[in-house]
Amino acid sequence: MYHSDTICAIATSMNSSGIGIIRVSGEESISIVDSIFRGKNKLADCDTHTIQYGHIVSNDEVIDEVLIMLMKAPRSYTTEDTIEIDCHGGVLILKKVLSLLIEAGARIAEPGEFTKRAFLNGRIDLSEAESVMDLISSNSELAMKNSIKQLSGSLNKIIVDLRDKILYETAFIESALDDPEHYDLTDYPEELRDKVNDMIGRVDDLIDSFNSGHILKEGINTLILGKPNAGKSSLLNTLSRRERAIVTDIPGTTRDTLEEQITINGVSLNIIDTAGIRETDDIVEKIGVDKALDSIDDADLILFVIDSSRPLDENDEFIIDKIIDKKVIILLNKSDLETKISEEEICNKYNKPVISFSSVSLDGLKTLESKITDMFFSGQVKSDDTLYITNSRQAGCLTNAKNSLSNVLNSIDNMMPEDFFSIDLMDAYNFLGEITGETIDDDLANKIFSEFCMGK
Amino acid sequence: MSHVEESYDVVVIGAGHAGCEAALASARMGLNTICFTVSMDSVAMMPCNPNIGGSSKGHLVRELDALGGQMGINIDHTFIQSKMLNSSKGPAVHSLRAQADKAAYSQRMRKTMQDTENLTLRQAEVTELIIEDRKVAGVKTLSGATYHCKAVVICTGTYLRARCLYGDVIEHNGPNGLKAANHLTDSLLANNVEMNRFKTGTPARIDSNSIDYSKMEIQLGDNPVVPFSFSTKREDVQIEQVPCYLTYTNEKTHEIIRANLDRSPMYSGVIEGTGPRYCPSIEDKVVRFADKNRHQLFVEPEGLNTNEMYIGGMSSSMPEDVQYAMYRTVPGLENCKIVRNAYAIEYDCINATQLKASLEFKDIDGLFAAGQFNGSSGYEEAAAQGLVAGINAALKLLEKEPMILDRSNSYIGVLIDDLVTKETKEPYRMMTSRAEYRLLLRQDNADLRLSKIGYHVGLLSKERYDHVVEKERQIEEEVARVKEINVGARKEVQALLESYGSIPLSNGIKLVDLIRRPELDYDKLAPIDPERPELSDEVREEVNIYIKYEGYLTRQAKQVEQFKKLESKVIPQNIDYEDVSSLRLEARQKLTKLRPANIGQASRISGVSPADISVLLVYLETYKGY
Repeated sequence: MYHSDTICAIATSMNSSGIGIIRVSGEESISIVDSIFRGKNKLADCDTHTIQYGHIVSNDEVIDEVLIMLMKAPRSYTTEDTIEIDCHGGVLILKKVLSLLIEAGARIAEPGEFTKRAFLNGRIDLSEAESVMDLISSNSELAMKNSIKQLSGSLNKIIVDLRDKILYETAFIESALDDPEHYDLTDYPEELRDKVNDMIGRVDDLIDSFNSGHILKEGINTLILGKPNAGKSSLLNTLSRRERAIVTDIPGTTRDTLEEQITINGVSLNIIDTAGIRETDDIVEKIGVDKALDSIDDADLILFVIDSSRPLDENDEFIIDKIIDKKVIILLNKSDLETKISEEEICNKYNKPVISFSSVSLDGLKTLESKITDMFFSGQVKSDDTLYITNSRQAGCLTNAKNSLSNVLNSIDNMMPEDFFSIDLMDAYNFLGEITGETIDDDLANKIFSEFCMGK
Repeated sequence: MSHVEESYDVVVIGAGHAGCEAALASARMGLNTICFTVSMDSVAMMPCNPNIGGSSKGHLVRELDALGGQMGINIDHTFIQSKMLNSSKGPAVHSLRAQADKAAYSQRMRKTMQDTENLTLRQAEVTELIIEDRKVAGVKTLSGATYHCKAVVICTGTYLRARCLYGDVIEHNGPNGLKAANHLTDSLLANNVEMNRFKTGTPARIDSNSIDYSKMEIQLGDNPVVPFSFSTKREDVQIEQVPCYLTYTNEKTHEIIRANLDRSPMYSGVIEGTGPRYCPSIEDKVVRFADKNRHQLFVEPEGLNTNEMYIGGMSSSMPEDVQYAMYRTVPGLENCKIVRNAYAIEYDCINATQLKASLEFKDIDGLFAAGQFNGSSGYEEAAAQGLVAGINAALKLLEKEPMILDRSNSYIGVLIDDLVTKETKEPYRMMTSRAEYRLLLRQDNADLRLSKIGYHVGLLSKERYDHVVEKERQIEEEVARVKEINVGARKEVQALLESYGSIPLSNGIKLVDLIRRPELDYDKLAPIDPERPELSDEVREEVNIYIKYEGYLTRQAKQVEQFKKLESKVIPQNIDYEDVSSLRLEARQKLTKLRPANIGQASRISGVSPADISVLLVYLETYKGY
C-alpha cells in the first residue's frame, strides 16, 4: 500500500439540493470517522460493505443525520479503508463535516488523489496510466489557477505578510542557535508569545472570512451582459432584491463589474454585473467593457439583457457573437414599454431560451428563476467544483497553520527550549505557503543571511 | 626519458580534511590507496579559523566519528580549548566546538596517515585524470608519472586555479602561499565536468605580544570538557585550556572601511567568484548591515607554539595599509602587528548536482569528489564528504552497494543531499535549520544512529560497534523500567519537588511525568527512584532526552516514515522524461538534468511540483512492466 495518510473530499457536486457524499480513504479513516460519528456500533466493529445509521457530532452537538457506507481494505476503490458519509443537511453542513474530519486528522485530497491511489494500489489497469497522469496534471493546474484567481490581492497580501513575520522570527531563533555568541534569546519567549498570539488572531480572521463565504466565490458564475442601458443593473437589483448597483438611465453607469451571491430555490449563484458593452473612447469605460468581455470565459451561465424597446443594433450583435457557445438565457427587458422586438424573432434567430422581462413590473421574474433552477437540476449548467475543493483545501491549510502556531504557544508555556519553537513556526509557514501555492525553497537560510549578520 | 608508473586501487587528490578522511577510510577498508598533496607540510591544514566543530558542524564531526572517521579523534588529541555551545537550549542544538592547535592537528593527522597500512602519502601535483570510456583509469602528475587506479577521489579544496587577493595585489597561489593546482581544471573540462568559481576569505593573524588583552573580554573553555570522539575517554580530555578573547569593531573602524571600499577587489569588481553570505567579510558586514554600529570579534590562538592570533569576524580583502588602519581601531589592537595579511581566495569547484548521493560522478564511473571542490565550505563539511567518498570508492572496488546516508539519519545525509540536489550558488555551510528532522539527529546520539552503518561497511571496529549495541540495550531497558514506575505523594518526594520549585503532588503520578516537568529531569529524580541501576553519563543523558521530549520525537519519527516511503521509490536511471508528457516543461527539464535517484530526491528539486511527483509515481508504475 503506497499511501498511509488519510484523505477526504466531497464526492458529489456542491450545488445539488441538500444531499452530498463525503469520501474518506486511508489507514486511519475508520478511527477518524469513529471519532465524530455516533451510531449503534463503532464502525471499527462493523462488517465491511454495510451501511450504518447515526449522527455526526461535534462536542456532543449533532451536526447532521447521516448514513455511512463502510468499505474495508482492500475491497474499495482505492483499496484502502474507505468510508462514504451520506449527509443530508446541505452545503454548509457538508463543509462542517469536512472540517471536523480535518480536525480529526484527515487531510483534503489533492486533485485526482483518489484515482491516483486506486492506480498506485493496483486497482486501475496500467493501460489507463496516461489518462490518470493527465487527470492529475490538469486538475492540479486548474486548482492552482483557481486558487490564484480566488485569492484577492488583499487576501494574498495578508498571507504573504503573515508568512514573512513567521519567517523572520524563525530566522532570528535560528541565527541565535547558529551563532549563539552573537544573538541572545533571553526573554525572547515572552516576546514571541505576543507575536504568535497576534499571528493566531490574523489566521482566525482568515478562517472566519473563509467560513462565512466572503472569500469563497462558490456557486454558478452567472454573468449579466448587454449593451449600455439595457437594464443589467436593474436585473441584478431585482434578483438580489436590494439596491446593489447604482441604477440611472444614463448609459454607461456601471463601469466596473459588481458581484453578488444569491440563492434561488436552493441553487447558489454568483452573479456578476458588468459594464455595458459598446464601442467607446472613454478610457475608464473601455476598461470596464474589456473586463466584461474577459469574464465570459469563466462564466457558467450568461444572462444576456436586450432592451426590447429599441431595435437590435450592432452592439447586441457583437455580444451575441461572443457568447454563442455558452449557456445563455436571453432577457427581453423593459417589457413594460412598447416593444420593438418579439420573443419569437429572437428565439428563432439565436436558438437560445428567451424570456420577456421587466424589472419594473417584475414580469418574467418567476419564469427566469425557474428556468435557472431547471437548467441547474437538469445538469445543463454546472458550477466548477474544483473551486470548492480549492477553497476547502485552503481552509484546511489555515486550520493547520493555526494548530502549528498554537503548538508554539504550548511550547512556550511548557518552557520548552527555543529550538522547538522554530519547528512549529516553519510548519505554519509551509501550511500558509500551500494556500498561495509557494513551493518549498531555501527561504529560511536566505532570510537568516539577509536579516542577520552571521559568521565569525 | 623514463617515467614512473605505479598502480593503486584508489587515488585521492588532496590531503586536506576531505582527502585525509577519504584516504584513511579507503586504506582502512583494505584498498591500496595513494593520497597526493601539493605539500607534505599542509596535510589537514586549517588555513582559516582555528576551530573544529561549532553549531551543526559539531554534529558532523560526531557523525563522522561514529562511522569510523578520524577528525574527532584528531581534535581530541590536539585541542587547546573546548566548549559545548547552546547547552541552555534543547539537546538537538547542543554543539561541541574546540580550538585547535593548528600545527599539532596537522602533524598528528599526517603521522596517522603515514602509519596507516595500505596508505601512501605523496607530495605531487596531479595534473590530469585518465578516463577511458567514461571510466576512471588513473591520474598523471606534473612530473609525468602515471598512477593507474580503479577509483579517484578529488578533494582539491581551494587549490584549483586559486588566486589570493587583497587590495590590488593578486597572488596566483593557494592558501598560506602554497602552490595552486593550475592544470586539473582543464582535464575536468575536457571530460565535460561543469565547473563553478567560488570565493571565500580569511582575516589577518596578529602577533599576540602586540595585543592588549586587558581591553577585551576573556572567554574560557568548559569544565569538564566533553570529547568529540565516542572512543575518547572523558578523563583524557580534561587538560589545561587556553583562553580566547572577545572585542568589537566601532564606528571608527567602519568609517575607514567605507572610505576605502573602492580599493577592495570585492567592490571594485576584480573578484568574480561567489562568496558566502553566512561568513561575510568585514567590508560586507559594514555595507549590508549599515545600521549596526559594532561587530563582534573573536581573538583566538592558532596554537601553543606560535604567537599568531586569529581575528574571527574580520576577514577582508582590503589593501595592506587599510588592514593596518582598520585593525588598529579595535580596542586592544591599537598597536597590533600583523603577522599574515587578511585575503580573499578564489578557486574552481564543481556544480555538485553532477554527483550521486554516493559522491560518485553520475557520468564518470569510479570518479568521486568531496569537500570544497563540491561547493561546500568548512573543515567539517569537507571531512564528512571525504569520509563518504572514501568509503564509497572502497565499497565500489569491493563490489558492494554504496553507503547512502539520508536526511533522516544524519547531518551528513542532509549535507550531501543538499549539495547533489540543489544547485548551490555560494559555498554551502551546514546549519541545524537545514536538518528537518533535527530532533532525531542530535550530536549525543550520533553513535546510536550511525555506528551500525560504520561497522557494516567495514570501517568501525567490532569493539566500538559492540559498545554501541550495549549502550542501546541499556537505554531501552531503562526507559521501559522508568515508564512503569509510579510515585506516591510521600514526604521525601514532596521535599525533593519543593527543593526544585516544583509543585508538590496531590496524589500518585508516573515518574515519567515528573521527568517531563521543565524544572526537573531524570538525574534530579534519582533520590526518589531507589531501584535505579548504575548507568554511564551517556546512557542517562539519552534516557532523559527520550523521556522528556518523547512527544516531539515520536512526531518526527512519523515524518521520517513518510520520508522513507518516498526515498525508497527508486527511479530507473534510463528513464526518458520526455516520454512523460503530463509533466510540466520546467519539471521535465530539471529532472532530465538532475536525474534524481528516487522520488524523494525528485520532490526536493526546485521547480518540481507535487503534481509532477504524482504524475511521476503513476508513470513509474507503468515502467515496471518493461
